[in-house]
Amino acid sequence: MAIDSKVVARAAHLARLRVDDSETAELSARLNDILGMVDQLQQADVDQVEPLAHPLEVSQPLRDDRVTEPDVRDKVLPLAPASEDGCFLVPRVIE
Amino acid sequence: MHDKTLTELKAGLQAGDFSSRELTEHFLDRIKRHDGELNSFITVTEEQALRQADAADQAIAAGDHRLLTGLPIAHKDIFCTEGVRTSCGSRMLDNFIAPYTATAVEKMAHEGAVMLGKTNMDEFAMGSSNETSFYGPVKNPWDTERVPGGSSGGAAASLAARLAPGATGTDTGGSIRQPAALNGVTGLKPTYGRVSRWGMIAFASSLDQAGPLGLSAADCALMLQAMAGHDDKDSTCLNEPVDDYLGALDQSVDGLKIGVPEEFFPDNLDGAIAENAREAMRELEKQGAKLVKLSLPSIKLSVPAYYVIAPAEASSNLSRFDGVRFGYRCDNPADLEDLYKRSRSEGFGAEVKRRILVGTYALSAGYYDAYYKRAQKVRRLIRDDFSRAFKDVDVIMGPTSPETAFKLGAKADDPVNMYMADVFTIAVNLAGLPALSMPSGFINGLPAGTQVIGNYFQEGRILNVAHRYQMATDWHQQAPGGFA
Amino acid sequence: MSHSGNWEVVIGLEVHVQLATESKIFSGTSTRTGDQPNRHASLIDLGMPGTLPVVNKEAIRNAIRFGLAVNADIARRSVFERKNYFYPDLPKGYQTTQLAEPIVGAGEVEVQLENGDKKVVRIHHAHLEEDAGKSLHEDFHGQTGIDLNRAGTPLIEIVSEPDMSGAEDAVAFARKLHSIVTSLGICDGDMSQGNMRFDVNISIRRPGEPLGTRTETKNLNSFRFMEKAIALEVARQIDVLEDGGEIVQETRLYNGDTNTARSMRTKEDANDYRYFPCPDLLPVMVSEEEIQTLRDQLPELPDARKARYIERYQLSAYDADLLSGSIATARYFEAAAEHGGDAKLAANWVMGELAAKLNAQDKDINDSPVSAEHLGELIQRLKDGTISSKIAKQVFEACWNGDGSPDQIIEAQGLKQMSDSGELEKIVDQIIADSPAQVEDYRNADDAKRKKKIGFFVGQVMKATQGKANPQQVNQLLQQKL
Repeated sequence: MAIDSKVVARAAHLARLRVDDSETAELSARLNDILGMVDQLQQADVDQVEPLAHPLEVSQPLRDDRVTEPDVRDKVLPLAPASEDGCFLVPRVIE
Repeated sequence: MHDKTLTELKAGLQAGDFSSRELTEHFLDRIKRHDGELNSFITVTEEQALRQADAADQAIAAGDHRLLTGLPIAHKDIFCTEGVRTSCGSRMLDNFIAPYTATAVEKMAHEGAVMLGKTNMDEFAMGSSNETSFYGPVKNPWDTERVPGGSSGGAAASLAARLAPGATGTDTGGSIRQPAALNGVTGLKPTYGRVSRWGMIAFASSLDQAGPLGLSAADCALMLQAMAGHDDKDSTCLNEPVDDYLGALDQSVDGLKIGVPEEFFPDNLDGAIAENAREAMRELEKQGAKLVKLSLPSIKLSVPAYYVIAPAEASSNLSRFDGVRFGYRCDNPADLEDLYKRSRSEGFGAEVKRRILVGTYALSAGYYDAYYKRAQKVRRLIRDDFSRAFKDVDVIMGPTSPETAFKLGAKADDPVNMYMADVFTIAVNLAGLPALSMPSGFINGLPAGTQVIGNYFQEGRILNVAHRYQMATDWHQQAPGGFA
Repeated sequence: MSHSGNWEVVIGLEVHVQLATESKIFSGTSTRTGDQPNRHASLIDLGMPGTLPVVNKEAIRNAIRFGLAVNADIARRSVFERKNYFYPDLPKGYQTTQLAEPIVGAGEVEVQLENGDKKVVRIHHAHLEEDAGKSLHEDFHGQTGIDLNRAGTPLIEIVSEPDMSGAEDAVAFARKLHSIVTSLGICDGDMSQGNMRFDVNISIRRPGEPLGTRTETKNLNSFRFMEKAIALEVARQIDVLEDGGEIVQETRLYNGDTNTARSMRTKEDANDYRYFPCPDLLPVMVSEEEIQTLRDQLPELPDARKARYIERYQLSAYDADLLSGSIATARYFEAAAEHGGDAKLAANWVMGELAAKLNAQDKDINDSPVSAEHLGELIQRLKDGTISSKIAKQVFEACWNGDGSPDQIIEAQGLKQMSDSGELEKIVDQIIADSPAQVEDYRNADDAKRKKKIGFFVGQVMKATQGKANPQQVNQLLQQKL
C-alpha cells in the first residue's frame, strides 16, 4: 500500500491540512514507514472475527428528554476569533 | 516537605504540622526555582492555588477532612479547567481559556485538592517523549539531556523532581505508565470507563483514560478514589460501584498468581530491562506470589492495530479545531478553505499532522476494511487473549518500557521507532484493562519500571500488588539529585 | 419545447423530519426556535474540546414509533456513526448519524392517488441524526455568520426506494409521510419552518432500459414546490438527453419564487465521508418490551382514522381520505362535526367553503379565522332552521372577516331566516297579487313545468325578504296559494 504524493494530497485535503510541495516527499516517506509497520495487520487471521469497537461490550445509556443545558453564549462567544451580533464569523461561504 | 508522599502530607495537614497554605507555597516556590530547567509546567496557577489552599485550611479548621483536602495537585494540560488556559500542548489552543472544568478535576477539587497548575505534555497527547509540545520539550530530572517519556511527561517529571506531590495524566497507549517508568514514579491507567472523560480533550476516544501519578501506589489509590466514578455526561463511563482502593492496599499477596507473558520478554529485549522486571517479580514471589508462564499471541499486533485505531479516531476528534469558534486562527484568511487549511497547518505540529493523515487515510474509501475494520478485529483477538489469561492468573506483569529514558532528539527522525516505546503498554489500552507502572530499580542510573496489569475493575488489586512491593523495596523513595 | 414522448420518470425521496423533542439528540439543550443566535447552543453543541454526546431517549422512541407506523423492522441494535466533512455550521467537523445499522429498517407506505388507485411506496430505511447549524449570508458584510442554535436538533431521515414515477406519486407519498409524523406527534410538520424537508432524487430513462443518472434537488419545503421542482427537473433532463447530452450527477437547489433551479457549487471531487462508528457512543439496544409498549401506545394513524370516518361518520372514501390526511384538518373536522352535530355538513363545509378560502389566501387550517367551534355553531343554525344555506355562506364570510361568531353575526345583521308564517304569508300574498300574468301562466302549466315556474315566485319572495325567507316554507305557501 504505497503512498504517493497524490494520496498525500488527497488525505491532506480531506483533513483540511496544507501540505506544501516541499513537505510532500518527506511526508510520503514517513507515512509509508508507518503504513509499512501497520501492514503487519494483514498477517492476522481475522475472517471469522467481529470488530471490537469498545473494550467493554455494554449498551448506550439513554438520557431523559429534559432541558438541562443553560445558555452559554456569553461565556463562549468571547473565545471566538471573530464574532458579530451573536454569530461566529467566517469568510463568506458560497453554496 | 517535598520528600513526603501525598499520604504523609495528608496526615501532616490533619495533624496540624503545617497548613495547606505553607504546603502550597512550598511547592510553588520549588516550581519557580527548578521548573525553568525541566519545563514541566505550561501554566502555574499561583493565585488560584493560594486561594484554594486558604479555603482548605478553613475547611480543616472546621473539621471537614475530605480525601484530598489541602493537597496540591498538578493537572495535565489536557483537562479543561474553567478560567485557566488549557492548551493540550498545542499552539492550536494556546489562547484557549476553558469555559468549563473536566469531571475528573472537578471531583478532586470537590475532595479539597489544590491545583498547582497545568503540566506539559506531547501535543494532543500524541507522543512518547514529550518532545512534540508547542511549549518545548520536558527534561527528565534524572538526566536533563534525556526525555521524560510521554505524553504525560510534565506530570511525571514534576513528581520526580518533587515539584508537585501528586499529578493527573491520561493514557491512550501508555502515556501515564511509560513516563512513570522513565521517571521512577508510580502511575496508573484505570479500566476504560472507570474515570469520566468529560472535559478531557479527546485523542482516541475508545482508548483514552485519565489516571493518577504519584510517589507511591498508596498515593495513586488516594487520588483514584477521588477521580473514579460514574458520570452521566460521558456515555462510555460505566456505572460500576467504586471500590475501596485504600482499604485494599494491605491485602496479602500470598497465593497471588502472576502471569508472565512470553511476549513481554522477547529475545531482542534489552537484558537489563528483562532482569529488572524479573527481579521485581521475584520480590513478590518472596511474599508468596506464584509466577505462571503464559502467552498472549495476538499482542504482537498491538502496535500496528493501535497505530490505525488511534490516529483514525484522532483524525475525526481533531476536526473541531478549525479556527471558527475557538483556538488558533490564521491571519487574514482569504476564504473558508484558506481559513481551515492555514489555521490547522499552523496550529498543529508535525506529529499531529502525520497522525491525522494516517488516520484519514485509514478511514478513507477503499481502505476502511483493510485498515480500520481489520484493526478492530485484531483488537478483539487481543482482548480475548487477556480474557483467557485472566481465567488462570490474577495479574499480569512485565517491563513497562523496553528502554530507559533515551536522549532528547534521538528518535526525532524515526516515528516508527518512537512508536515501539509503547510496545508493552499499548495492548492494555486496546483491551481496556487497568494497569500501573511501579518503579523497580535503576539501569545505568536511570529509572526502570515494572507493569502490573489487572482484570477489569481490578484497580484495587493492582494497587495492592504495587503497595506490597513498595513496602518491601525503596525504589519509589529515590529522588534525583539537583532539586534541593 | 415538446418532448418525443415515452420517458419513464424514476423518483426517490429523502425526507428530513425534525423531531419535536424538548431537548437535542445528543445534549440537554433546548430545541426551542426563534431566539437570538447561539442562545441554545451548549458546550456540546458547539463542539467544545472535551465534550461528549449522550443520547436522548425520546428521540429513540420517536424513531421506533415511526418505524412501527410504516410496518418497518425495528433494529434491536443500532449504531451511531460519524460522517466526516468540514463546514462552518458543522461544529465538530462531523455529523453523528447512522449508516450500517440504522434504527428503522425496510417498511412501506400506501398512498391514494387522485384517480382512486392505491400505490405502495417502499421505505428503504429511516435513521436518526443530528441537524447542523445555520449559515447566515446576509447582514454580515461580505462574511458569513454562523448560528448554532439548530445544531444537534434530532432528525429522522427517511429514505424511500425509487418507487415513484412522477410528481403525483411523490407528492402523495410526501403528504402521507407528513400525515403520519404529525399524527404520531413526533413532528409538528411545519414545513415553512423547515421542520420537514424533502430531497428529491430524479432520473429518467426509456422504458426497459437501466436506471439513468440521477440528480438531487434539496430542501424542498412545500408540496407545491415539490411538484413544480419535479416538473422542471424532468423537463430539463429530457431536454439534455434529447439534445444528445448526458445527465451530470449533481445536487440542485430549487427557487420557488422564480420557479428555477440551479446546480449547487460543485465540490472539487465527491466527498469521502469516512464513516466509522462513533467511539463516544455505544450501540443502542432496544428490548422487545419497549417496542411492544410503544406499539400499544401508538396514537391513531391516518389509515385508521380514515376507516373510522367512513364507519362512524358515513363519509365516502374520497371525503374520508381528504379529511383524515392532515392531523390539523382531522382535528378541525371532528371538532366541527361534534359541535355542529352533523358530520356530513361539517365535511362539506371543511372541504368546500373553508378549503376554498384557505387556498385562496394561502392559509393553514390552524390559522383559519373561522374556528372549528364557529363552524359547528354555523352548522347548528343551519340544522335548526335559523338560517338558510345561502345566508349561511354570508355568515361564514363575515365570520372569516372577523365580525364575530356566527350567532353574533346573525343577531347583528338580522339574518334570521324568516319562518314566521304570518309575515311570510303576507308577502306571498302580495307577490301573487302583483304578478297576475305569472300566476295565470303557472296555473295553466302542467306539473312538470310548474316545478320550474314556481321558481319565479320564490325568487320574488326572496328578493322581498332580502333572502331571509325560509325556502321550504315559501314553497309550501306558494303551492297552497297558487
